[in-house]
Amino acid sequence: MPTPRPEKLQLNEQGRLRHFLTIEGLSRELLVRILDTAESFAALPGRPVKKVPLLRGRIITNLFFESSTRTRTTFELAAKLLSADVINFNISTSATSKGETLLDTLRNIEAMHSDMFVVRHAQSGAAHFIAQHASPRVSVINAGDGRHAHPTQAMLDMFTIRKHKGDFTPLRVAIVGDVLHSRVARSQILALNTLGVSEVRIVAPRTLLPTEARALGVHVFHNLEDGIRDVDVVIMLRLQNERMDGALLPNEHEYFHLYGLTDERLEAAKPDAIVMHPGPMNRGIEMDSAVADGPRSVILQQVSYGIAVRMAVLSMAMQSQADLGGEA
Amino acid sequence: MTESTLFMKHDAILDLIAGMAQVLRNRLRDRQLHNPAIIGIHTGGAWVAQHLGRLLDLQEPSGLLDISFYRDDFTQIGVHPQVKPSKIDFDVDNRNIVLVDDVLHTGRTIRAAMNEIFDFGRPATITLVTLIERSGRELPIQPDVIGLSPPLGLDDHVKLNGPDPLSLEILHGARAGRETRR
Repeated sequence: MPTPRPEKLQLNEQGRLRHFLTIEGLSRELLVRILDTAESFAALPGRPVKKVPLLRGRIITNLFFESSTRTRTTFELAAKLLSADVINFNISTSATSKGETLLDTLRNIEAMHSDMFVVRHAQSGAAHFIAQHASPRVSVINAGDGRHAHPTQAMLDMFTIRKHKGDFTPLRVAIVGDVLHSRVARSQILALNTLGVSEVRIVAPRTLLPTEARALGVHVFHNLEDGIRDVDVVIMLRLQNERMDGALLPNEHEYFHLYGLTDERLEAAKPDAIVMHPGPMNRGIEMDSAVADGPRSVILQQVSYGIAVRMAVLSMAMQSQADLGGEA
Repeated sequence: MTESTLFMKHDAILDLIAGMAQVLRNRLRDRQLHNPAIIGIHTGGAWVAQHLGRLLDLQEPSGLLDISFYRDDFTQIGVHPQVKPSKIDFDVDNRNIVLVDDVLHTGRTIRAAMNEIFDFGRPATITLVTLIERSGRELPIQPDVIGLSPPLGLDDHVKLNGPDPLSLEILHGARAGRETRR
């Protein structure tokens, strides 16, 4: 599988979002446009009929090679609220000749006249690979690829932050936990820096930090209290046991002792700091239940906002197909 | 190059709306459409609706529709990021609705607006009120109350600016400008 190449693949000749694969290379203007578009969709769930007819007659295929409940469900709901028809494929990857299998799968589903693929895959670059080989009238949305990127998760986090804090520029944001395995963290760091926050910190044990951490434009901390001191936003990451090959951690109890977020530790952050988690959350490992269910937690709002943000991305990508002209 | 002419100023438009209010009042009475709720289409229709609601002494808060998600030309123009969420805080079911727009041209906006209203409930009736009615209908939609029907050339477009002061301007030779509200 080729290495991911963000460059021009994501935007069409008119500069509109054709595929959404990574935050990398996207302008602040475009990210703000996604957030603004999501804002108008966020009001829809309050209505008796929650659907709007924007993508009526379009087919969106959820192509999940890796298990997911929340992401797949919110993508499905977002597509349905836009009146698109949705097909769900949950495909477990075969160990051999993945590239070929992926292409075969792609061609088969293209033959079913899908307008858009929402792809999750355990291998970094899978969504790029599909985008490179997809026909011109198909858009690809990355719903998480290996350790690489999870751009819609990052954008729903940005949406949540903007809802609570308004302006990004004065904010200090701490991302805490398993950064090494986290595609979410990579996308969040790119989005936060593109949107111009004042400081991005990552807080993690040395074993869970990528070697290139500092090159991401962040300040690195190994102590939780130091790392979250005076921050406006604390983002906790899930400990990804399923991706850990060796002994990166002594044990989960020890992890909570050093890096688990408790009410007491949260005192170090600003009094109005919000606490986020992309889910699924391990209570008592990354975070105390008192914090997760506490007044500063916005974890469930993140899930709701995820629907609006995914509606924005789906409709914007579908719109780019209109630039091709003819019967779009 | 688009040229524009000022067609009508604030006070004249308010006189026009006062006349429309009178016609609307009579129509609602004659047809026994009690307890009407007024809904304006973003943005010009909402301004006219606000004045009409005040003149008719309607107690209910007026509704606001932004029909961007219901347009039939989404594939050509896409979603505008600053779509204002539609706001209808009252129960639409069995209600007599007064739907207000600034300019009725092709009828497509009204088609979209009616589709959206039905997503909020099943109204008893919808009465269509428009400040300006002009030629160029593409759908079988006709207004019940009209402010003015000025004769316009095929390439002329009329636009309501506002909200304070209100003014109507005619854009000459404006292409693809029909019923755009962005």
